[in-house]
Amino acid sequence: MTETIVELRDLRREFVVRRPAPQLGSVRRLPLAGRLRRTRTVVAAVDGLSFDLAEGAAVGYIGANGAGKSTTIKMLTGILVPTAGTVRTCGLDPVRRRRELARQIGVVFGQRSQLWWDLPLAESFRALAAIHRLPDATWPARRDELADRLDLGGFLATPVRQLSLGQRIRGEIAAALLHAPRLLILDEPTIGLDVLSKERLRVFLSEQRALHGTTLLLTTHDMDDVQRLTDRILVVDHGRLVYDGTLPELAGRVGAERVMVVDLVEPVPSLGPIHGTRSVAVESDGLRHRLAFTPERTTAGAILEAVGRRGQVRDLAIEEPDVEDVVRRLYLAQSPRVSGDPAAPPRPPLPA
Amino acid sequence: MRLFATLVVLGFRRWSTYRLATAAGAFTNTVFGLIKASITVGAIGAAGGELAGYDALTGATYAWLVQALVAPVNVFNWAELALRVRDGDIAIDLARPMDPQFAYLAGFLGRAIHQFIPRGAPPLLAGALVTGLALPSTPLPYLLGVVSIVLAIAVSFSVWWLVNLAAFWLIELRGVLTLNVVAMGILSGLVIPVHWFPDRLATVAALTPYPSMLQAPVDVVMARAEGTAALGVLAVQAAWLAGVLLLGRLVFARGARKLVVQGG
Repeated sequence: MTETIVELRDLRREFVVRRPAPQLGSVRRLPLAGRLRRTRTVVAAVDGLSFDLAEGAAVGYIGANGAGKSTTIKMLTGILVPTAGTVRTCGLDPVRRRRELARQIGVVFGQRSQLWWDLPLAESFRALAAIHRLPDATWPARRDELADRLDLGGFLATPVRQLSLGQRIRGEIAAALLHAPRLLILDEPTIGLDVLSKERLRVFLSEQRALHGTTLLLTTHDMDDVQRLTDRILVVDHGRLVYDGTLPELAGRVGAERVMVVDLVEPVPSLGPIHGTRSVAVESDGLRHRLAFTPERTTAGAILEAVGRRGQVRDLAIEEPDVEDVVRRLYLAQSPRVSGDPAAPPRPPLPA
Repeated sequence: MRLFATLVVLGFRRWSTYRLATAAGAFTNTVFGLIKASITVGAIGAAGGELAGYDALTGATYAWLVQALVAPVNVFNWAELALRVRDGDIAIDLARPMDPQFAYLAGFLGRAIHQFIPRGAPPLLAGALVTGLALPSTPLPYLLGVVSIVLAIAVSFSVWWLVNLAAFWLIELRGVLTLNVVAMGILSGLVIPVHWFPDRLATVAALTPYPSMLQAPVDVVMARAEGTAALGVLAVQAAWLAGVLLLGRLVFARGARKLVVQGG
């Protein structure tokens, strides 16, 4: 039986935005009223969110910039006080029992560092071990395990300020996992990483989950992260939950397709039907073909083989739909009139 | 305690990586010590050889000791917390199972311990060579002096902490920080001993924690305050420390509740 590790009910967080007041023709009651008065706009960054996360789940939390993802995470961890609604993380009220909660969760904010900038990476682990009160008998073994799996050995003695971005992010993730948290929250962990580093990080995270049963909550703009690491996705827009389900369902619903771009040695005006694909475009008089496909229906290998039977392939590339694209399609799907595509079939309402 | 000790050590090590900066700071402290000792001795000479209990030698000693303590007590700048609030990194501190005030105090003490010898010894050495130093010959003033110096450093931290907390409500803090430096510079005894102040200014100073940062430890080390008087000085320092730390905790809790983490 799985327990609920995160529980949100009608969670809301407002921010006050102040702007100079517009010029009004009204009578000013005070001499300085016109100069001092500013309009006070209340913006709800998170606007009535409710969802549960089961212990051991891996959940992708996605949405456009400013959709309310980071604000939600800060409320889950007790850093921000909700304006209304309730949140419980690991069974605790995060704001009131922030320090207690901090022992059970690990957080990586992709844009911020929790490492000691001036000091060798190894010192940060020593400090975190003390902060989390980890026993001296056990934490060095955990550090060594993380150093081994994340390949930190080569730069444990290097000051953090001299690490490359990829090295630092690996250090950050190790730092968040040193105390073996029940819940790992990653806010854009792969941002700015190269393909190889991203891949290694994903392999590591999958491994950790299999090994320790860590619950994972991930915000990302990277479709591959979502695909490889999560089994459920939540999409937020303007602080509201607009989708809760699996990625294939979402991709199927909004038509998130990959595009294989094939360059041929000799032009072929038409490749004819290839199972599971749709020809998007034929360019350069048949030298370049763009084929859209969804990974659920066929594989890149099968397509390549089929194309190979019709002409010799010189080069190929696969274009990924990014999360923004899927989210944008989802937003459009929710308000069909905005889509501007009269041919689009009416879509069923989405579970939210 | 293990956490506190670890954070003190890290504070020490963070600063020990910047050797050139330490050397430059020590040089500056010594040069200013020379200037201040000359001015102090000159003022005492103009006053007829003695001023509020300081003669030429004890006056010069006062100036040199203050110069030796300026760096460990951290009179001129501490904006670490304010910067973290401003750029949102305070979120990292809040996501840790520790008390931020306690953790930053440990780091501040670690920094002070690092500064103590490399920034403190050169001015004292220069003082011993140039003007001579009038220091007590019994061990007690030094023992009490160490306690008083630690309290002075902690009082300085507690005041800087409080001033830094303005960052929860203001974006630009330079004005507030500068105001604190000016107040500290005048009222702590940095420029001239608090004992030289006219009555009104002395009253103002006594109503602030600033004299506890420099005047108090120097009085204890020089045995200007001895025995029970020295214990009285320590008690005043401890009282300021407890009061300002507590105020800092309350304000921090208020600030954290209205926190808007900047920069996503």
